Amino acid sequence: MTTLFAILFYTAFAVLLAGLGIKIAQYARTPAPLKIPTTPAPLTASGVAFRMGREVVLFESLFKSNKPLWIFAVLFHLGLFVVLARHLRYFQEPVWFPVALIQPFGLYGGLAMVGGLALLALRRVVLARIAYITAPSDFLMLALLLGIGVTGLGMTTLAHTDIIAVKAFFLGLLRFDPQPLPGDPALLVHLALVAVLMIVFPFSKLLHAPGVFFSPTRNQTDNPRERRHLSAWAAKLEMGKLESGRN
Amino acid sequence: MADIQVPVLGDPAERATPALTPGAMSGSKPYVAQAVHQQPLGFAGELPEDWQAKALGRMGELLGKYRSLQVFMDICVKCGACTDKCHYFIGTGDPKNMPVARQDLFRSVYRRYFTPAGKALGAVGLGSLVGAKEFTRELLDEWFNYFHQCSQCRRCSVFCPYGIDTAEVSMAARDVMNHIGMGHKYANEIIGKVHKIGNNLGLPGPALIDTLEGLEEDVKDETGQDVRFPIDVEGAEVLLVTPSADFFAEPHVLGLIGYAKVFHAAGISWTLSSKASEAGNFGMFIGNYEQMRKISMRIREAAQELKVKRIVFGECGHAWRVAYSFLNTLAGPWDFLDPRYPVPQHILEVTNGLIQRQGIKLDKSGNDGMVLTVHDSCNVARASRMGDCPGGQFTIPRDVIRASVPKFVDMHPDTTHEKTFCCGGGGGLLTDELMDLRVKGSKPRMEALKDVIDREGVTHMAAMCAICKAQFTKILPIYGYDREMVVSVHQLVSNAIVLGNND
Repeated sequence: MTTLFAILFYTAFAVLLAGLGIKIAQYARTPAPLKIPTTPAPLTASGVAFRMGREVVLFESLFKSNKPLWIFAVLFHLGLFVVLARHLRYFQEPVWFPVALIQPFGLYGGLAMVGGLALLALRRVVLARIAYITAPSDFLMLALLLGIGVTGLGMTTLAHTDIIAVKAFFLGLLRFDPQPLPGDPALLVHLALVAVLMIVFPFSKLLHAPGVFFSPTRNQTDNPRERRHLSAWAAKLEMGKLESGRN
Repeated sequence: MADIQVPVLGDPAERATPALTPGAMSGSKPYVAQAVHQQPLGFAGELPEDWQAKALGRMGELLGKYRSLQVFMDICVKCGACTDKCHYFIGTGDPKNMPVARQDLFRSVYRRYFTPAGKALGAVGLGSLVGAKEFTRELLDEWFNYFHQCSQCRRCSVFCPYGIDTAEVSMAARDVMNHIGMGHKYANEIIGKVHKIGNNLGLPGPALIDTLEGLEEDVKDETGQDVRFPIDVEGAEVLLVTPSADFFAEPHVLGLIGYAKVFHAAGISWTLSSKASEAGNFGMFIGNYEQMRKISMRIREAAQELKVKRIVFGECGHAWRVAYSFLNTLAGPWDFLDPRYPVPQHILEVTNGLIQRQGIKLDKSGNDGMVLTVHDSCNVARASRMGDCPGGQFTIPRDVIRASVPKFVDMHPDTTHEKTFCCGGGGGLLTDELMDLRVKGSKPRMEALKDVIDREGVTHMAAMCAICKAQFTKILPIYGYDREMVVSVHQLVSNAIVLGNND
């Protein structure tokens, strides 16, 4: 079992890293030929960074759009953030002080995450408009995350596992020297689902996480009159046809 | 023309969303362009046998050329934040008019042919698990219908947590369709006229000169002043580029008279150009960079030939988007113009600047009895700016209107500024065969207008876009209002401006 999970996690990590790397490189390399920020937009680069920060941390546009959805989304994402940060302890020795500090909030993070996910799933069933745009993969994604959250909460509260051994397993993975993984079913399901999530990530809508930073309507500066914006392919087009417009 | 059903107007504060009515607008579509309109633009004349391969080829090209398209295809999480934001959905209840569902017509093809999951599952008939669909003839027909029920107004993108802009997707879809001979007749016919004659309405130079002379006489009769409407005057300070509707349609032309009076009163020499006798640029509506550039280059050429120092655009929404956001990219650099002025300027920036430093004088009594509200045009509100600060596109028109009229009130805040609703006729949909869609799409704006008419006694709504003005002139009577309720912003300036030496 230990070997199987070691291979699984090495594979999942490689797929996640390579997949995200390829997608991010694609986004970065694809030109944005026109200035299309949704206005009013910031006039400076620091203003754009601030706008993007509000979007990523506070979900500003979503707040404008739909308050209940905003609450559900914040519950889930904030919970996930706390849970992820708390799990850092499995990968470091000694544990960073801030990571140690948030340990007591892990349970609340998990509850917020699972509660948020349940509400997001409920919306997809109950609201006709949302049901209409939902594909099976949207439910599968929620189910995957719910599975991870529920098994995790289960181990936190009911069926504890040997977390010392789990930590040894992951520290071992980091040193390419896997240590025995406990065989509790909840743990194995939890870890298997996490590996699946890592593998699915670069092929799914989870790409919204890196993608939002590349969204031209949010990351462009409103200065088209002051600075000429010209993409490489548009410049080439100009070279071919330049004569017509110049004296 | 299809039968027109006029929606019942409710209270804008309730933000009522309609129940889903699948297929409600499945029959709404514009005329398909014929070869005679397609080929001069370099597009396929008719749908070829291998249309699917050609369409997918063009999709691939666009995905590689436009980061917006590539990123937007991948990152939508189907949260539904946009689902109740589109005026065409609010007016029709057709679920395919929800922005995400409209995008999904495109995205389902993207997923099937351009993503690993869609390719693998699609090959064994399980594409629907991940929202992937075969690109069938039926789906192509849906593209044609529903990507011509989007006015590219960007309201959905304001509310999207990732800024996904359906306008970008509908532009790409229209470009793909043009490349396989499924063009939109109205748009492509107009682009042909711009290239051939110089403007969207096909007004030839002599007719234009005639019209302008007529306007000079009219203004002389009305004011006793020699207000000029110059055209092709070399060495003028300002080249005015304005939508061709300004030359004769009402209320547009009353705005043109306003621009002329402003230049006259401020002593700024100006000229129109018979070569660039059109501000509009339908190249944007069909999502074609080359066309958009070609149309923009006329303005560069005119500016160079006439040796002007500044370029000023008249009241037009999408034209201002192309001018403000794209002109420097498409036809710049503008290093041969006077560097003290932004290139280009909006006529409202010019007028507002003159009001601020008292370069012109306004007398509100010229608009006695009028209570104004303003319709923020989508492309001005969400795709451009005026002045030096973010949001100047909202304050400057309001400042100019307030300076010209005795009373001004804003409509419901959910329907103004960046949340403004499209007039219902933007994005190249201002054509008669889409009248039913246009009437339904104007519902949210009409609700907000009715609200201020009933509560505040509003008598007129100012617009700063040729398409909005034309749309409301048609739509207002259908809702039981006077077509003359819609006015140009510079029509109000025209009524209020003090000419001559009587100050």
